[in-house]
Amino acid sequence: MKQALRIAAQLALYVPLMALIGYFSTQPRFSILGEGEALLRLSFIHAAERKQACRQRSAEELARLAPNMRAAQDCPRERAPLLVELEVDGKVVLRREVPPSGLKRDGNATVYHRLPVPAGKHRVVARLRDRASGDFNYTKEETVELAPGRVLLIDFVAARGGFVFRT
Amino acid sequence: MSSALKHLGALGFALFWTLAASGIYLYIRFDTSVSGAYASIGEMEWWFGGVLRSVHRYAADTFVVVTIAHLIKELWQGRFRGFRAFSWISGVPLVWLLYASGIVGYWLVWDARSQFSFLATMESLHMAGLGAGQVPDRLFSLFVFLHIGLPLALLAGMWIHVQRLGRPATLAPRVLAVGVVAALVLLALARPATSEPPWDPQAAAQALPVDWFLLFAHPLMYVTSSAALWVLLLGLTAVLVALPWLTPKPALIAARVDAANCNGCGRCVADCPYEAVILKDEKASVFAERCAACGICAGACPSSTPFRSVQDLVSGIDLPDFTVHELRRRVQAMLPSDELVFSCEKSGRKGIAVRCLAMLPPAFIEYALRSGARRVKALGCDEECAYRLGLALAQERFSRLRAPRLRSTVRYEKLGHEYSFSLR
Repeated sequence: MKQALRIAAQLALYVPLMALIGYFSTQPRFSILGEGEALLRLSFIHAAERKQACRQRSAEELARLAPNMRAAQDCPRERAPLLVELEVDGKVVLRREVPPSGLKRDGNATVYHRLPVPAGKHRVVARLRDRASGDFNYTKEETVELAPGRVLLIDFVAARGGFVFRT
Repeated sequence: MSSALKHLGALGFALFWTLAASGIYLYIRFDTSVSGAYASIGEMEWWFGGVLRSVHRYAADTFVVVTIAHLIKELWQGRFRGFRAFSWISGVPLVWLLYASGIVGYWLVWDARSQFSFLATMESLHMAGLGAGQVPDRLFSLFVFLHIGLPLALLAGMWIHVQRLGRPATLAPRVLAVGVVAALVLLALARPATSEPPWDPQAAAQALPVDWFLLFAHPLMYVTSSAALWVLLLGLTAVLVALPWLTPKPALIAARVDAANCNGCGRCVADCPYEAVILKDEKASVFAERCAACGICAGACPSSTPFRSVQDLVSGIDLPDFTVHELRRRVQAMLPSDELVFSCEKSGRKGIAVRCLAMLPPAFIEYALRSGARRVKALGCDEECAYRLGLALAQERFSRLRAPRLRSTVRYEKLGHEYSFSLR
């Protein structure tokens, strides 16, 4: 009986705690966008071209190398940074140079950018340069209609020819 | 509630096992693929799987609350320096592991909240490209692995956390554990945990019900920045880890062993609340840096008896700055007396103050009664024992359940943490 009373007393004491847990486990609600906004999310991982082109080794150079190291070409590992540009309704909203990852700068470059925009119709242009110099070598331009709370996901898949817009 | 506050650590263990038990069933019913995960959670019967799912979620939230309360309480009571530094420092990574386990657990539901949490985590790690589009099954399997591996690491960390504690309280009192689990079940029935709409890469998190206990860092990052979040979290962690060195260390004189009087019985080893005493070559040996100078070891030592006829009473293990010999001298100075009182110095009450009630060898009570005291009282501190086990050990010794026992020729009465003794 005493044990049952103790359990009942404990439960009564836990009501405020459980009410607190029950409430804050879901409330207050959170939005990453304001009222009537949509989101442009530029997000991709891509390995750029090498910063320096491969070079043919001369016969003298090859002779100086150990027999098992005699690769015909000398290819520096470092990759070029990506140059990314995003234009919305004729205005450049992002222009960023993204370095490759890794100690030797020979890995993928990761691009991520969030941009809230008013919901509605937008002309979006994405540009990318993945080589050491020159103009943008990938461009995609599209007019998209975004409802409030929706996302335009801008991905880059080199195997599919460049930028992919997903709405 | 005061009982719960005294057992926050043990309550943490109880919640861990609640999470493990509910998690095992949920794992059996869970489809560990991207395409099947969401549906497999929704297909569970509400009256068992659904309740267990809700208990699992709310137990995780309660675990966070209990852990933070445990941290604040120890901090408030200054229990992070000196001999407690190991437990304090080893506890800090557990907070990270707890959060990591909980956050990854949310990803497994594969709904809009999972998407929000996963993207926010990846964004904070500057790896956001990983999850903005489609997530492959292999990556999802990694989440499942993490949600098992991280809690196992947490359990290992909890085991390390209590290694410097004698008789660590890893089992919550039954009433408390049953009460908490019952409260969680009631909460689960009153407010069942539900999924949000399925993961949709083309939908932004809008009016999302966020679990503020486990996922608070995500909104914090969105209203500040990932850099601000990391500075805050890593800075806070660094301060917590450095705290034992940032504050003055208590000047304690560690217990000392007298090999000639130590018979290697091991009672001091068994009773030390901080694992500061070990047996080495069949003699007690003290790790000075772990010693709290509470004197509980001296109270446990069979050679700490005032009936010994030696002029200088030397115990097998003793506090150099408050020896058993000194205690006998103070008792002798008070006799004869109608009522001789021993009190825990933390209680601030009258009488001969001892560091902890368990520093008082029961033989001293009989000694005082046979040497001119009509009654003897022993007053413990009213609050939670400053040396963890003092009150429990004193109770066990006085009630003759633990050596050194109070002899049966002495009658005792207990009222709260006060004991009255008289000869039969």
